[in-house]
Amino acid sequence: MKNLLPIDPTTRVSLKLAGVVVGMFAFAVWVMPPLYDLFCEVTGLNGKTGGQYEAVEVKVDTSRTVTVQFVVTKNESMPWEFKPKVGSIKVHPGEEVEMSYMARNLTGTGMVAQAIPSVVPFKAAQYFHKTECFCFNQQPLQGGDSADLPLRFIVDQDVPKQVHTITLSYTLFDVTEQKRDLLAGLAGAAAGP
Amino acid sequence: MLNRAKRLFALLLGPAVLISISGQSLAEEVERWGLNMPRGVTPVSREVYDLHMLIFWICVVIGILVFGVMFYSMIVHRKSRGVKPANFHESTKLEILWTAVPFLILMGMAWPATNTLIKIYDTSESEVDILITGYQWKWKYEYVNQDVSFFSNLSTPVEQIRNLAPKDEEYLLEVDEPVVIPINKKVRFLITANDVIHAWWVPDLAVKKDAIPGYINETWTYVEEPGVYRGQCAELCGKDHGFMPIVVEALPEAEYEQWLAGKRQEAAKLRELTNQTFSFDELYEKGEQVYLAACAACHQANGQGVPPTFPAIAGSAYATGPIANHLSIIVNGSPTNPAMRAFDGELSEVDIAAVVTYQRNAFNNNMGDSVQPIDILKFKQGQ
Amino acid sequence: MAHGPATGLSRWMFTTNHKDIGTMYLWFSFAMFLLGGVFALVIRAELFEPGLQIVEPNFFNQMTTMHGLIMVFGAVMPAFVGLANWMIPMMIGAPDMALPRMNNWSFWILPFAFAMLTATLFMEGGAPNFGWTFYAPLSTTYAPPSVTFFIFAVHIMGASSIMGSINIIATILNMRAPGMTLMKMPLFVWTWLITAYLLIAVMPVLAGVVTMMLMDIHFGTSFFDAAGGGDPVLFQHIFWFFGHPEVYIMILPAFGVVSAIIPTFARKPLFGYASMVYATASIAFLSFIVWAHHMFTVGMPLAGELFFMYATMLIAVPTGVKVFNWVTTMFKGAMTFETPMLFSIAFVILFTIGGFSGLMLAIAPADFQYHDTYFVVAHFHYVLVPGAIFSITAAVYYWLPKWCGNMYNETMGKTHFWLAFLGLNLTFFPMHFVGLAGMPRRIPDYSLQFADFNMIASCGAFLFGAAQILFLFNVIATIRGGKKATAEVWENPEGLEWTVASPAPYHTFSVPPDVK
Repeated sequence: MKNLLPIDPTTRVSLKLAGVVVGMFAFAVWVMPPLYDLFCEVTGLNGKTGGQYEAVEVKVDTSRTVTVQFVVTKNESMPWEFKPKVGSIKVHPGEEVEMSYMARNLTGTGMVAQAIPSVVPFKAAQYFHKTECFCFNQQPLQGGDSADLPLRFIVDQDVPKQVHTITLSYTLFDVTEQKRDLLAGLAGAAAGP
Repeated sequence: MLNRAKRLFALLLGPAVLISISGQSLAEEVERWGLNMPRGVTPVSREVYDLHMLIFWICVVIGILVFGVMFYSMIVHRKSRGVKPANFHESTKLEILWTAVPFLILMGMAWPATNTLIKIYDTSESEVDILITGYQWKWKYEYVNQDVSFFSNLSTPVEQIRNLAPKDEEYLLEVDEPVVIPINKKVRFLITANDVIHAWWVPDLAVKKDAIPGYINETWTYVEEPGVYRGQCAELCGKDHGFMPIVVEALPEAEYEQWLAGKRQEAAKLRELTNQTFSFDELYEKGEQVYLAACAACHQANGQGVPPTFPAIAGSAYATGPIANHLSIIVNGSPTNPAMRAFDGELSEVDIAAVVTYQRNAFNNNMGDSVQPIDILKFKQGQ
Repeated sequence: MAHGPATGLSRWMFTTNHKDIGTMYLWFSFAMFLLGGVFALVIRAELFEPGLQIVEPNFFNQMTTMHGLIMVFGAVMPAFVGLANWMIPMMIGAPDMALPRMNNWSFWILPFAFAMLTATLFMEGGAPNFGWTFYAPLSTTYAPPSVTFFIFAVHIMGASSIMGSINIIATILNMRAPGMTLMKMPLFVWTWLITAYLLIAVMPVLAGVVTMMLMDIHFGTSFFDAAGGGDPVLFQHIFWFFGHPEVYIMILPAFGVVSAIIPTFARKPLFGYASMVYATASIAFLSFIVWAHHMFTVGMPLAGELFFMYATMLIAVPTGVKVFNWVTTMFKGAMTFETPMLFSIAFVILFTIGGFSGLMLAIAPADFQYHDTYFVVAHFHYVLVPGAIFSITAAVYYWLPKWCGNMYNETMGKTHFWLAFLGLNLTFFPMHFVGLAGMPRRIPDYSLQFADFNMIASCGAFLFGAAQILFLFNVIATIRGGKKATAEVWENPEGLEWTVASPAPYHTFSVPPDVK
């Protein structure tokens, strides 16, 4: 192995440094984004919540209640009606709660939406588990159609005692450009038997 | 202009004057000239101010010591005085000393800073929650679960910005609708954005938080004095970043409740207005106001726009074509140009009817037609 | 080897001589300094009075963006690389750089990068208008079409810096004259060695982040777009992971320059050489773990906020050590105040002031008030203008007689210094006040309470700009003639560069010198 390396020290140093350059580039593009996501999930940075949650041994803590608020934003004033069925609910930690959002495509053409969740306070984000959420998938809607979008969640029984209110925000993004194929599926289903 | 020259002159003389006046009036002078951070009107803002002053004075003392030694050497140890240079060039004792002492000073600074930060991060137990959304280039305030929401636009007339009219005292810091909060209550702000990153900042509250599209941030305040507090967007967000001020009006609780009830009524009245029929002139007049507030930033007050991103309204295919297309681009936004967002929700049916009427008849478009609020509602439902 | 330079244009096109390449870097950076300066003057002219009078807001944003990019990547960095090219081989007793052909490349791709960047001003939609920090999504989804050219320009600048750094590291590690141990190297060489390592580590990160932007804009990925599962805040983390070391890249070589000049004119050896080296290394290390202090208001968990606050405050310790060392070097010296010394003393004072405001900015709760205001603008201009620009100017005056064999005009040099010093302080000191009083940065128009100080700042900026013309004139006059300089130029300066004749022959140290 040793004699495979060039003898000239300048070439050797340069090659090593070039290796560092390639490594740092790869670090920025392929390591930092997933690392950041992991970091967000662990610390609740940006109120990011995990994916689908598999409930394990939940104990409902009836001695406490936590208020969960629902707020929505439509990115770039997306022309959909989108609102939670209720503004807020009180839940016991550990209890599985079901609620839903109403979405309606106000335009005359089919559109696809993606809802992005975000939770504050950040320290509560890792204790907010979604067992079912419309945000796991894109939501296609034909022009003028409306849909009930279900959400089931559990506020973990280990949520810190100082947390009394959790705010769950959904921002609705228009992803029609990227996910037009979903609309085709929708049309196909409508034309079926 | 002459006036400013005079003030400038006074300012240049300022340091001499400042030295001659006593401590108390020094503080007043500092405030009059806008030399320092405002002390603010919340417990947190005062703590931040004290922290700022503490560190400032620590820096001043260190600065006097370091620069003192430096200037002493520069005056005394100069070659022209015939001094012989010494030859010492290291001292481990000194190096350790000036590593350790700053370290201790820093610990002394970190302690109060940490305490304040912990306080700022405690957003629990709020009594009023307001969702703030940054738009290019305005703010939207939504009182969570109160059925009250509105946009807040810069209200400084464009003539003042273009130097065609004298500037008001609150030039660039005035809005059509301020966000109103009660005093002596913990108010929590939930902050997000509609397009790019903005930052909501009011110096008197010592609150600055980034508004990030897709994600939500929170912070809080507790204002103790009624008053009007002004701020601005603090994160570069495009062309009109400098033109989206924030005005917070803090009211005693009773007045706040009254205001909130008024806002709810207004919303109800608007729903009612939607069913009314307006005359052409009413629509045109109202439309001009809406246009100046909502459209003129991009399409310009004269309707000429800034092509290609912001096309002209004058002679536009939308404003001089079928009404349905015109309504569609305002309600749903442009399918091809992201700069033209959907105004549904941002403008009421009455506003849209008025502004469409205005655009179709102003700027020599002279279409002669008009639309009623109810048409807008029908258009939306019929889509 | 004993032949001189080729003649005509091909001398410059194909040269592999470190002195020629250093000269080209320095002239290029001065040209960029003037261009970036013109952009700055457009900004200051618009801000002379409240109201919109000279430029439209969108063009104003293009000016702030281009001013930042050109000054950072076009003026400061190439100037230091130019100084490194000229001085490092001469300081360590090497005949040339280790990789002379690559050296030619690293310079010659730069003009293309900046031609491309400047050309964006004339494109449809205008030049980049999203600030030199180009935060997504303003720089991706909402960017003008010219952003693609901006990305390529950044790639080329990055490639140039990386090649330059590899060259510098290889030169320092392999080409030192016998007896020139690492701890005998002049501090300029040391600071550049550390800077080059920083560049190697972070320029690829910058390349990575702009590549991700490119992918987001043209290839449908969503690194920074929440709709596709990305996050705009990720952009800021990666950018500042590059960006914070980057600001030290612009200041560490300056430390080296000042550490060479102050001992010469204090006629006393540098105090605490070893601690200077260790302080530089600690600053470089800390620069990797403080990046998020640029993002205190972005919304971070409390623990993160505290960590970055503490780490940032720690930087004050090694920086303080450096300042104390310089002051102690002057103490009990026998000082004279030639132009390089004036610039160096101003460096120490004004950089320290910039350091103080930096310490204030490190305090997270207070930063909520300072962040993105003119206080920050004042801070980083106090660090960069007296820091980078003054030290480069000092270096030019200090080594110019060695480069061209003639003494510069001292009176003109001192006039340049005093005008620049006055202009700088008039421009940037009032910015502290307006920032504290609530003026956000990057705005084309402001409310009336900020009018007086902005007017002063604008006057100062034009004064500072005019002073640089005097500099240009002085340098050209010195190259063309003037009093002949001796080999030593100054009184007993330390360093191998003073053992060769003035002007330095085209080839120096073809035979390695003896280092005691």
